This record gives sequence, C-alpha cells and structure tokens, in this order.
Amino acid sequence: MHDTQWRVFEVFHQSTRGEPHVHVGSVHAPDAESAVILAKEQFSRRQACVNMWVVPAEAITATRYEDADMFQHGTDKSYREAFGYETTKRARAVGDMQEI
Amino acid sequence: MVMLAENRNDKPGDPGFEERLAAFEDRVARGDKVEPGDWMPADYRIELVRLIHVHSNSEICGALPEGGWIPHAPTFKRKLALCAKVQDEVGHAQLLYRAAETLGKPREEMLQELIDGKAKFSNVFHYPAKTWADVAVIAWLIDAAAIVNQTMMSEGSYGPYSRALKRICYEEAFHLTHGYDMCITLATGTPVQREMLQDALNRWWKPIMMFHGPADKESKHTEKLMRWRIKLKTNDQQRQQFLKKYLPKIFNLKLTLPDPNLRYDEAAKEWRYTEPDWAEFLSVVRGNGPMSAERVQSRRLAHEQGAWVRDALNAAATNQPVPMPPAVLAS
Ligand SMILES: [Fe+2]
Ligand SMILES: [Fe+2]
Repeated sequence: MHDTQWRVFEVFHQSTRGEPHVHVGSVHAPDAESAVILAKEQFSRRQACVNMWVVPAEAITATRYEDADMFQHGTDKSYREAFGYETTKRARAVGDMQEI
Repeated sequence: MVMLAENRNDKPGDPGFEERLAAFEDRVARGDKVEPGDWMPADYRIELVRLIHVHSNSEICGALPEGGWIPHAPTFKRKLALCAKVQDEVGHAQLLYRAAETLGKPREEMLQELIDGKAKFSNVFHYPAKTWADVAVIAWLIDAAAIVNQTMMSEGSYGPYSRALKRICYEEAFHLTHGYDMCITLATGTPVQREMLQDALNRWWKPIMMFHGPADKESKHTEKLMRWRIKLKTNDQQRQQFLKKYLPKIFNLKLTLPDPNLRYDEAAKEWRYTEPDWAEFLSVVRGNGPMSAERVQSRRLAHEQGAWVRDALNAAATNQPVPMPPAVLAS
C-alpha cells in the first residue's frame, strides 16, 4: 500500500497555438515526466491539444475565497474601460461626419 | 491552509456551528459552488465522500464486464469503440477519486476499500454480462440511466465534483449513442440477434429499474442531500425522467419489457411500474449479487498485477534501479 498516493500535479491544456492554457484538472504522479504521460491519457483523449503543462499543486499560491473582497473596486473604475467614454456621441456633436 | 479536523467546528454543538450552517445553506441555496478549503458541515463532507466514492467504484466495476467482452467484439469497429469506452470509464473513476480526495479521504484508501470488499458500487455491475447483447444493453440503457443521474449531479453544489461530472457527461454522450447503435443493429438483425437482444433486456430490466436507488419513501437522506444541493432530484424523479425518455425508444425498436404493470398514467403524466424489491437491491449492493465477489476479485487481481508498473514509476522518480516486470523475470 501507499504506492500511488503521489504528489498532485495541476494540468493545463492548450487547444490551439496562441490560445491560453486552461486548467482542466489534476493527476497524481511520482514526478513531472510521469505526470505528463498521465495527463495526456486523462485530458486529451478527445479535444485537440497542442501543448500541456503540469504544475506541482504545492507550487500554486492561491488567495482565499474569504478574502474575495480584496478584488472589489472601492471606487468607480469605468475610466479603465472603453465603455467609460462617450467618444461617438461627443464627436457627432462636433462635426458633420455621417459614418463615425 | 487545510484546517485541522478538530478546529473545523463543523458539527452540531460546536462553537458557532448554527450561524455557520445558516450562512452555508444560504449560499448553497443561491447556487454558489462550495470549494475544498471552504467551511462545510461535517455531514456534507461525509455524504459527498460516500457518494463520490461509490460513483468512482462504479466506473471501475462497470468497466469490468465490458472489458471482458473486448476480445469477443463482433467487428473491428465495435472493438475500437468498446476499448475507448472502457478507457473512458476508468478515466472517469480517476477524475472522481481525485474529486473525493479534495474532501480529505486519500485515494489509496478508497481503492483499498474497494479491493477489500468494504466499499459499495452500483447495483447493476453486480450482475453478469452473458452475451454481446448485454454489452449493447449496458452501453445504451445503463449509460442512459447514469447520464440522467450525472447531468443532475453536475449542477450540484460541490465545485470539484461538479467540474469532474461536466467532463464525464461530455464523454458519456458517445457511450450512449454507441450503445443505441449496437441495440439498433441487433434489433434490425436476424431473428437470433433480435432474440438475443430481447433476452438481455428481459434480464437487465429489473436491475435497471433499481439503478437510481430506493423509492423516495424509503430513502432517509434525500431531504438533507437536496437542501445542500448535493442532489437536485429525488431517486423517483430520476427514474421517471429515464422512463419518459427511453421507454418510447425501446418500444420503437419493437422490444418488450418484463413488467405487466408498466403503463403511462395520462392524468399524472408519469409511468407506473412494479415497485422494485428494495430488500433485494440492498442485499445486492452489500455484496450478495451474482457477480459481487467476482468483480472485487478482478479488481484486486488488476491492482496486484499492476504493482510492478507503480514500483517502476516510483523507482524512476527516485533514481533507483527500475525493477523488471514479473512476466519478463519469469521467461
Ligand atoms: Fe462513466
Ligand atoms: Fe459511460
């Protein structure tokens, strides 16, 4: 017994070059090399895959859900967004261009 | 970051339990997902581990009767598809053991309990798959019944289980369609093939009707499981959903079912059927089915025969000499 209670590796899958790697699950493995083999069997039986990452779970530092309020915006952050500006309306008011 | 068991305060009577429970039930009712590090009542953890463990075991044990038929598949295409299905099912077990593990029960322990005959698995896999038509009926109707259950559970409150089930359900679609395809082939084949299919269906109907578990009036956990959104539908509701969808398809293939009381109640918009023998169901899942011992034994054998692979992986990971497989040593 106690021969497969190995380290946990988190698995990230990339379906096309240029797209982000997406977390799809995790596997147990004695080392990274075997983790890749197991992750390939488990997570790429169907969907296209061009690249896979395995990361030791203990290497991940995560925030706590209880602390989710730290991501809350204290003030109006619309100045960071494109929708925070009314350029079309304002430009129409200035000139006589039809297509803006 | 994992809280020590004694500090969880997750049982009735523990300091602050009632307030925490109220907040927990509140967020679950809103459809919030619970994640491994979150506070949860001890009972929620226990019920989920129990449920996911049985589910994983069933994926493994379900692959056993099907795996036995791989060498006897009638065509190469069927053999390929059956291999793929068996591989999927074992993969499902791995995903599920991993989900259960996030609740604190080590995977090793779960696998060992199955091998020791201490853990349950689905009632249907305690029966033999006697002919190729059994393989077809299992893949079509048992996977169909499982999909009803798993799709419902995938909307449940525990994040890791729900995510694993989404992936599983996606793969199940092929199992179901391939099973249906096999049944259509037999149903439209020679008289011998039709007879074989009808015979398999006759033998499987009783276990299939028991698949979703005891009638609502007999199951004590349902209320709590539904309040915590571990389950979203009762056993009887799942059974009705299965019957509504698949009985018309079964009858369409001109097959019959061995239940004289089976009829559609127009007023209630429900199927009526002979109530399964729940005492028999409980006895079967406790290990007294015709194939219970055989399934556990096969699983034990597979585990033992695979030991050298695990040893080799361990040795390679720690730069030790890699041992030879026993077959190589013997020759
Ligand atoms: Fe499955
Ligand atoms: Fe399946």
